[in-house]
Amino acid sequence: MTIKLGVPSKGRLMEKTFDWFGARGVSMARTGSDREYAGAVEGVEGVELVLLSAGEIPRELAAGRIHLGVTGTDLVREKLGQWEQQVEELALLGFGHADLIIAVPNCWVDVDTLDDLDAAASAFRAEHGFRMRIATKYHRLVREYLMDAGVADYQLVDSQGATEGTVKNLTAEGVADITSTGDTLRANHLKILSDALVLQSQATLFRSRKAQMDDEERAVMQALKVKLGLSSGRV
Amino acid sequence: MPRKAKIRARAAGLKAMFEAEGARSVETNVLQPADLLLDLYGEDIRGRAYVTSDTLLGEQMLRPDFTVPVVQMHMEHGAEPARYTYAGQVFRRQEDDIDRDNEYTQVGYEVFERDNPAAADAEVFDVIRKALRGAELKASTGDIGVLMAAVQGLETTERRKAALMRHVWRPRRFRALMDRFSGRSPVPATRKALLENPAPMENDFPQIGLRSASEIEARIGWLREDAEAAPLSSGQVELIEALLNVRETMPFALEQLRDIAVDMPAITEAVFRLKDRIDALAARGVDVDNLDFETSYGRTSMEYYDGFVFGFHAPGRPDLPPVATGGRYDALTRALGQGREIPAVGGVIRPGLLLELEGAL
Repeated sequence: MTIKLGVPSKGRLMEKTFDWFGARGVSMARTGSDREYAGAVEGVEGVELVLLSAGEIPRELAAGRIHLGVTGTDLVREKLGQWEQQVEELALLGFGHADLIIAVPNCWVDVDTLDDLDAAASAFRAEHGFRMRIATKYHRLVREYLMDAGVADYQLVDSQGATEGTVKNLTAEGVADITSTGDTLRANHLKILSDALVLQSQATLFRSRKAQMDDEERAVMQALKVKLGLSSGRV
Repeated sequence: MPRKAKIRARAAGLKAMFEAEGARSVETNVLQPADLLLDLYGEDIRGRAYVTSDTLLGEQMLRPDFTVPVVQMHMEHGAEPARYTYAGQVFRRQEDDIDRDNEYTQVGYEVFERDNPAAADAEVFDVIRKALRGAELKASTGDIGVLMAAVQGLETTERRKAALMRHVWRPRRFRALMDRFSGRSPVPATRKALLENPAPMENDFPQIGLRSASEIEARIGWLREDAEAAPLSSGQVELIEALLNVRETMPFALEQLRDIAVDMPAITEAVFRLKDRIDALAARGVDVDNLDFETSYGRTSMEYYDGFVFGFHAPGRPDLPPVATGGRYDALTRALGQGREIPAVGGVIRPGLLLELEGAL
């Protein structure tokens, strides 16, 4: 039997993940044609590579359909309630760094903090008759963060892509999104609130607490952890 | 008998008691339009309620409580005064605690009555209390109206009072605002820079989004006014803190609030209302000498309560939510009444918890 390792199926995240494992003596590669989502693992026996969309990896871990998975901390915390009870963080991989932040137009010279955002939201609602809209795909994280901070009179609107453009398109007044360099925000005339860092995320190797393992698979898991330097080898 | 059937039977029994008190039985839909609840409670409700949708009606919520639909029903075609009762399931997300039920039965008793609010408060408390007879429960009471009256009476600008009123239900932000207005917390550097800039609107930033330049300018004007205004005095801050710390049995709480009212006359009316309520409760045979009162009771949970609030808890079971809760929600009838309003007070019992405590499930 094998243990299943879920890895993002494309892009820099996949390449960097392959590099990270490669540097530890576990080589991974996609097999077949460029378009076929199949892969191979060498350097350790009994590990099967499952190529998945990074956004689906939290769900697959929680369901126990994969034993290990590489994805961002942001996605795990957004998608899994009480995430610590569903998955275990085995290793921070040191790439895919991104901050979940809240940004508003540069021209809002009166707004720099959550305190300002809250006051502006109140005035906005009185003026326009609806709550200030913040576009995001991280509904749970942003809502919990703003609720905890006591911000009122806002609403979250769903945006699964091109979120920074929503303000100019008049479908939102502000955004809550992942940023690494801030270039896209600047290009879209947005600035980050100085005291509103919702979450710092990076690519992380997670272990499912829900996936079943037999003795053989437990041995494979242990061997892999030793190889990756995550366990001393003592059981 | 299966668990659900037992709960249903107990709910029917409680509802019959409420009907015997003169309440009319009503029913509401399980699916409620989401926009109304979102408008009332804001984004926070999404963290508490289940949202579903279809392509024709858009977003709907699984009923998180009965109060809103019952108020709506009353505001549309209710006669006055009115007493209603209902029993049915409500649905609440419990993403932080798997052990809490996300679907449970509530039985409620609601009173819409203009003439004597103290008597109506006491009636609802007493009717719920009697329905719970036999269970070992401890009652707590509070009154967010005292804090609201105190805020209205602060010696400061109307804009500051409005900001504090808006956050009466959010203790952290309320406190941050008090600190800001009293000068206890420093002015953020960016705010200082903004205030020192004689022409902050003269900049190269493109004007994007729906929030217009005049809205931004107006807020800068308010910030300048606020910077000019005298800080909230430490005496006033201490009075608010003293008020929030009142946690006593009813007669002692009343005494403490009366002392505070000497320095803060704005709460006098609210303290009289508390006195009337205590008398009305005593007249119904409630042991007010041993009934707890806490000014800030229920302050974080339900935004629509704006006066008397109460709860019945099982002592020694902090793991369980309150078995019964209730309170006054005059402001909710105003928000839903489209220009009309009626004082209203009500409470709900969770028969499932009652049976659990009795060891009957």
